[in-house]
Amino acid sequence: MAADLWTALFIALLAVFTGYEVISRVPVLLHTPLMSGSNFIHGIVLVGAIVALGLATNPVEQAIGLVAVVMGALNVTGGYVVTERILAMFDRSKQKKGGAA
Amino acid sequence: MSPPGVQDAINAVYVVAVLVFILGLKALSGPSTARRGILYAGIAMLLAVIATFFSPGLSNFGLIALGVIVGGLGGWYWARVVKMTAMPQMVAMFNGMGAGAAAAIAAVELLSNLSDRATAGLSIAGAIIGSISIAASVIAFLKLQGWLPSKPIVLPARQVVNTAVLGVGVAFGIYALLTAVTVWLLPFFVLLLLYGILLALPIGGADMPVVISLTNALTGVAVGLDGFALVNGPLGDAGYAMVIAGVLVGSAGSLLTLLMARAMNRSISNVFFGAFGATEETGVTVQGQLKPIVASDVAVMMAYANQVIIVPGYGMAVAQAQQKVKELADLLESKGVSVKFGIHPVAGRMPGHMNVLLAEVGISYDKLFDRDEINAEFPATDVVLVIGANDVVNPAAHRQGSPIYGMPILDVEKAKSVIVNKRGQGKGFAGIENDLFYRENCHMLYGDAQKAIGDIVSELKKAA
Repeated sequence: MAADLWTALFIALLAVFTGYEVISRVPVLLHTPLMSGSNFIHGIVLVGAIVALGLATNPVEQAIGLVAVVMGALNVTGGYVVTERILAMFDRSKQKKGGAA
Repeated sequence: MSPPGVQDAINAVYVVAVLVFILGLKALSGPSTARRGILYAGIAMLLAVIATFFSPGLSNFGLIALGVIVGGLGGWYWARVVKMTAMPQMVAMFNGMGAGAAAAIAAVELLSNLSDRATAGLSIAGAIIGSISIAASVIAFLKLQGWLPSKPIVLPARQVVNTAVLGVGVAFGIYALLTAVTVWLLPFFVLLLLYGILLALPIGGADMPVVISLTNALTGVAVGLDGFALVNGPLGDAGYAMVIAGVLVGSAGSLLTLLMARAMNRSISNVFFGAFGATEETGVTVQGQLKPIVASDVAVMMAYANQVIIVPGYGMAVAQAQQKVKELADLLESKGVSVKFGIHPVAGRMPGHMNVLLAEVGISYDKLFDRDEINAEFPATDVVLVIGANDVVNPAAHRQGSPIYGMPILDVEKAKSVIVNKRGQGKGFAGIENDLFYRENCHMLYGDAQKAIGDIVSELKKAA
């Protein structure tokens, strides 16, 4: 196995514990925004999609790469807007009307 | 290789982005900081995406720009216009898109480099999880949207067929890997997508909080695996960012999934393979009878109560009754009645569904109480109003042999009187009779939640 893979494995191991520690003890109130927010964060897949399409050399790879980029971009923007909309409603400072877009 | 400097600068941006992601996720887990959290994560994402554009050696810029613009505008528009009540299916859909992207990236990697066994193996793994996750997410979307029946769809010999589909699909993938012949990837992807569909079809609507949460975690894992496969290739540094963000979500999402399943006292495998709700409990007869009540009587009871607890469920979401609920709460409070909300963790169709709907109409979240906090309050409560919730208040959970035995519920039956608003006399999702409805202190207020609550509100106004 290449050295890069070992490095990635160490990183992944640390990320598992980071993810666990960071969100243990979350109030029920935040289950939706947290899930929606983590849904947004895996939108990092867009970065991989850009690399995959950017390195594609034939039409088949380009077509699949384009699908990946479109889906990744949908994940990123949709995930962000949904989370932001939910959290805007929880915001106490603008508790009154107008919150429902 | 790349000119020195550019790649270093890009890597520095990735490092900052990862740091800000973690801070953002941390901030997302506290009520007062949550909004800052998503902003942080958004900035980190923007930085990472922009930096990637400048990676040396990329081509196809026209296609990349096209994809980002189409997907970006589409996602933005869709998420803006959708109603708050449709949030669960939106989250399922955007999650599915991420999973689809992960599967597609794995496909490109496999097509371009099937001979490097270690890397291709990781891509195969990413493709398996990504394909299952997108297919299951799309089925969840269709069920939540009402385009597929939300009842479990149970096919004959399902366990055998499902296992066979998965097994043969994975075998095609391994065969493609060993022979380095790309044509075998086609049946591989088709069968895994099929498996994702078969996996999600038998899962009923009320189990959706677990499904959405789990597919979210799976997508994170698929993205992480894609990241692993990328680190070996050119521009491998983007892979590290994907490994961290993907695994972070996989881990956090798994934890949330376990919390959801625990709230129903069911195992993850029971949710996925149990086809819960497809069968009905037999041999148990409940004593007593259903006692209907009219809105004017409910209004009187509530007006003279010291404390009222409202327990919302999926029925409130379906009827979009949250605005009426807010009016009712305000009206009662103006009469000096204490109003609280009891929220079961799995009420509704996604984790925290009820909290979102009540927040939408401006009900302050310090009036919302978790099951553990509110259960002690029921004995001292005059009136409990259950709106379109069923299984989460069913005392059958305390009866051995019942399908929901052991599920932690809201003990509304301990209140002096309970009003249950329901559309009709049907059973809950679990397909069992609700003992609560037959209790001495329980009355049924039939009708659509929006109309029924509206009637109580106008009766209260009349009396004032």
